[in-house]
Amino acid sequence: MSSGLIDGLFVFMLAGFVGFQVIRRVSPLLHTPLMSLTNALDAIAVVGAIVLVGEHQSKLAYWLGCVAVIAATSNIVGGFLITERMLKMFKTSRPTKP
Amino acid sequence: MNTAFAGNQTVIEFLYLAASALFILSLQWMSAPKTARHGVWAGEIGMVAAIAGTLLHHGIVDYRSIAIALVIGSGIGVPLGLVHMTAVPQRTALSHACGALCVTLVGTAEFYLRTPNVPGFTMAVLSMEVILGGLTVTGSLMAAGKLQEILPQRPLTYRGQNLVNLSLLAMAIAVAVYLALHPANRQLFPVMIGISLLFGVLMIVPIGGADMPTVISLLNSYAGLSAAAMGFVLDSKLLIIAGALDGSSGFILSVIMSKAMNRSFTNVLFGAFGQVQTSEVAGREEKTVRSATAEEAAGILAAANRVVVVPGYGMAVAQAQHKVRELYDSLRKRGVEVRFAIHPVAGRMPGHMNVLLAEADIPYDQLVEMDDINGDFPQTDVALVIGANDVTNPSARNDQSSPIYGMPILDVDKARTVMVIKRSMSPGFAGIDNPLYYMDKTLMLFGDAKSFVNGIVHELSSNTHS
Repeated sequence: MSSGLIDGLFVFMLAGFVGFQVIRRVSPLLHTPLMSLTNALDAIAVVGAIVLVGEHQSKLAYWLGCVAVIAATSNIVGGFLITERMLKMFKTSRPTKP
Repeated sequence: MNTAFAGNQTVIEFLYLAASALFILSLQWMSAPKTARHGVWAGEIGMVAAIAGTLLHHGIVDYRSIAIALVIGSGIGVPLGLVHMTAVPQRTALSHACGALCVTLVGTAEFYLRTPNVPGFTMAVLSMEVILGGLTVTGSLMAAGKLQEILPQRPLTYRGQNLVNLSLLAMAIAVAVYLALHPANRQLFPVMIGISLLFGVLMIVPIGGADMPTVISLLNSYAGLSAAAMGFVLDSKLLIIAGALDGSSGFILSVIMSKAMNRSFTNVLFGAFGQVQTSEVAGREEKTVRSATAEEAAGILAAANRVVVVPGYGMAVAQAQHKVRELYDSLRKRGVEVRFAIHPVAGRMPGHMNVLLAEADIPYDQLVEMDDINGDFPQTDVALVIGANDVTNPSARNDQSSPIYGMPILDVDKARTVMVIKRSMSPGFAGIDNPLYYMDKTLMLFGDAKSFVNGIVHELSSNTHS
């Protein structure tokens, strides 16, 4: 096993714990926007797809990459958009401090 | 030349590092409504930084194609971001499918670019990426179809279903192991993808509408894990981090959902839903229910001091949330305290009810979680159940033979008066009878949620001067 893989496992383990601690504290009120936000963030997979399209190493890789970029971008744009829309709707009855 | 290249690489890595930090901050700010919108901004900035960094990669030559694909993707994303709030569950399922599709396609391309020179461990992770990705694609599409009611919501079960599903999964894993040992056998790769796509379909077939909150969370987790696996294949720490965050988010939500439905954790992991067998309606004697009109209901509500509204999927289906808001306003005007009791699995996805009620401009501090409001039901004059069923069923507390025994419920039956808006007496999908409806203090309000609430609001406003 290369050191890169070991590094990756360390990163995965740490990020998993951070995710656990951070997400545990999210109010159930916001579980739906949380899911649409993580969806948008997960579409970061677009970076791998962009490289496939841009490097154009083979026809197959190019076309698979194109579809992948489209799918992921629709998630990025749609995910952030709907999360913002949902969060805008959450209002409190208590007067907010200016 | 060489130094320029190295400099570029450093910039890229720093942009990815910034993006990772912003993603974590983004989720941290999501914890409370006050800071949540900063969370979205942090996520957006992180995303832009990551994409900008990727475009700096030295191997990229074809910027035109990338731009076109980005524009088309955005064009599809905008309408997906503008759907009605009632359509959010199926939209979410659809976006799990899109995310997983991206990961699966990239995995496939990487396989054909790299084989046969792939180290065993990388090949194993790549297989995990496309298996998880593939089953998430078809599974999420199935879930979206069921939520959109293109496909029947009723669970389809048959003998040996779990055996069929588990052996399919085992086959996919066996192929993956073989490929890790002999990556030159390229012809096996489509077989592995095919099996995982089929598994995704069959996994969702036995799942009914009421189990959707758990399933959507689980698919969320799979999508995240497949992205993390992709990070290992591409040696991208940013992807590993984003995937791990998404994976743990989906995991936590599915644990919360399964706890709220009293399902065991293995039950969740293996996707063995729909196991609750329909309890035959055996020995159901004729029980009497009391029904009431909108006028009577309005009178009781107006005379109450404390009202708790319990919304469920029926409210979402009838799109009654705006009428509920009118009811809330008119009762508040009369000095009645109105709050909302939210069960974690009410609706079709985690937090579904909160979003719908927030859309109708009901302040979020009036939306109370199950554990916080259950103690208040004995002091509640009227509990008004709108389109919720199993989450209010007292047999979950006191009938050991009930299939939902042990599931945490809203103690609606402890309120002084209970009113239930329901279309008819037919039991829901689960086919479980609800003793709440036969209690002496329960009034059944038969009708469509939206028009019945409208009727109550109308009665309340016409009686203002009396």
